[in-house]
Amino acid sequence: MPPKPPGVDTIERSWRSPLRGPWLTAVYGTALLVALPLVIITGLLDYVAYGPQFDQAFPTDVGWLRLPAFDWPTRPSWLFRVTQGLHVTLGIVLIPVVLGKLWSVLPKLFDWPPVRSLAQALERLTLLLLVGGILFQIATGLLNIQYSYVFGFDFYTAHYFGAWIFTGAFVAHVVIKFPRLVTALRSRPFGAQLRTSRAATRPEPPDPDGLVATEPGPATVSRRGAVGLVGGGALLLAVLTIGQSLDGPLRRTALLLPRGRQPGPGPNGFPVNRTVAAAGVRPEQTGAGWRLTLRGGGRTMTLDRSALLAMAQHTAALPISCVEGWSTRQAWTGVRLRDLAARAGVPDPASARVSSLERAGLFRTAVLASNQVLDPDALLALRVNGVDLSPDHGYPARVIVPALPGVHCTKWVAEIDFQGRTDG
Amino acid sequence: MAERAARLRARYGAAPWHLVVVTAALVLAGWVALRLAHEATAGRMLLWFLGAVIAHDLVLFPVYAAVDRGLRALARGRVTLLNHLRAPALGSALLFLVFSPGILRLGETTHLAATGQDQRPYLMRWLLLSAALFLLSAVTYLLRRRQASPKRSDSA
Ligand code: HEM
Repeated sequence: MPPKPPGVDTIERSWRSPLRGPWLTAVYGTALLVALPLVIITGLLDYVAYGPQFDQAFPTDVGWLRLPAFDWPTRPSWLFRVTQGLHVTLGIVLIPVVLGKLWSVLPKLFDWPPVRSLAQALERLTLLLLVGGILFQIATGLLNIQYSYVFGFDFYTAHYFGAWIFTGAFVAHVVIKFPRLVTALRSRPFGAQLRTSRAATRPEPPDPDGLVATEPGPATVSRRGAVGLVGGGALLLAVLTIGQSLDGPLRRTALLLPRGRQPGPGPNGFPVNRTVAAAGVRPEQTGAGWRLTLRGGGRTMTLDRSALLAMAQHTAALPISCVEGWSTRQAWTGVRLRDLAARAGVPDPASARVSSLERAGLFRTAVLASNQVLDPDALLALRVNGVDLSPDHGYPARVIVPALPGVHCTKWVAEIDFQGRTDG
Repeated sequence: MAERAARLRARYGAAPWHLVVVTAALVLAGWVALRLAHEATAGRMLLWFLGAVIAHDLVLFPVYAAVDRGLRALARGRVTLLNHLRAPALGSALLFLVFSPGILRLGETTHLAATGQDQRPYLMRWLLLSAALFLLSAVTYLLRRRQASPKRSDSA
């Protein structure tokens, strides 16, 4: 074996915490093992909810990593509210656990010699993907929900492919380490550990992985304290995040997130995604001259707002659930999309393409699948909570469909093009 | 057969299934990397991916370890006091880490376009939350000390 370079021993001796060891690592690891699959699955469901079969999930071209496409259901209406709320909230809540887990294994980074065998070298490479992957996903996700696109690349591309790199490394890590995790958890009963005081806290016996310090100092925190500190951090983040998915006064508890704030009082005073000013929709486009164009079966017709208001009106309490994880339930009133489809002469459409007055922007059009047009609560909403939609919420008319991601609930609708079953 | 497996094990350093598992993860990542290589921003993505590891392992960790050493020096062996400093400091730092984009106002125009609001309130809210954490910790510390020390009225 080559001689250790100077400093290696010093680093090795400088790991003093008597808490580091297989048991604590396994406790943090178990929490991640249980929760991360939920984050991964809800993230992938977000991709499916966009409708990859209509080429409207980003990134559009994913090669072998295409997910099985299915029509995203409209029921339960809170489906996307829960899946995407879970993705973002759980992703945030797990941050202290990730940091605690990394703290517990950090000495391994300075392992000497750095490479003992091919197996170890390859495994260390997958660990780079694992750690890089989770930190990358957390960083891009956090920046995205706070509207700081400082990274300068496309969020969707990065977060989608980053998810696959992470997931591959995560699966490999779990397969390799699972037996160790089980042994470590069995080595000391959880309950007894949590009852052990700081004074009685002793280092674990030396382990084959070298997590236990060679010269541990006295404990300044018990294992209960270490678990509690990470759990407390997770709880703190949960309390400050969950509000963006709640309605009523509790919404304000999301103190540090954009969606804990209400943009104003009144029936239209709920969070806006993309203001009318940002969308570049001008007042003269939405005034008395506004017309809704319906297309179907080769025919075109236009309706003005009073013609729409003269049609059968339906009210539904539906959540608007943003891909960024926040959501809010409001009472929307308007014309059923299936009534408009019938008006256009396509009572059983295969899909419908909705276009906005907006000229630029990724979401100025969206395709709805057949089930999303035909749901009895799927609306072209004209009013919300008993009043006309405000300009920021899509006046003169917007789409609202149960369980549809908010970005596809097109605002300032200009046109709906219904495709028949045989149109191809 | 068994002998060949044993030879592989000796030369490779682990069981054959280990090779299968790590290779699968590396091939997947390699395939993604090749796919992304033609993107104009591929370099930035790689930079953020590796940068995140470096930022955690070689910046964040040394910084919080150094701060902890500072707190230990400050507490001079009074472990309960140390922990009542550590807990709120960690809480405050965690909030800063997670919510720094808003606190530092790193997206004023996109935030305004998306929500119709500015990012001004977050800094003060973070400071107040941090103050609340330290205050809460200080109060519980004092209560614990009073419970631990023999009551004055008894000795009078
Ligand atoms: C292990 C960690 C994570 C994995 C594997 C993961 C995976 C995914 C995947 C596959 C998507 C779909 C991407 C697409 O539609 O192109 C997604 C979306 C998203 N993720 Fe994550 N994610 C993780 C952590 C996080 C965290 C920590 C946050 C934020 C705090 C976050 C925020 C988001 C957001 C906001 C979206 C929706 C983007 C959009 O459709 O506009 N993710 N995630």
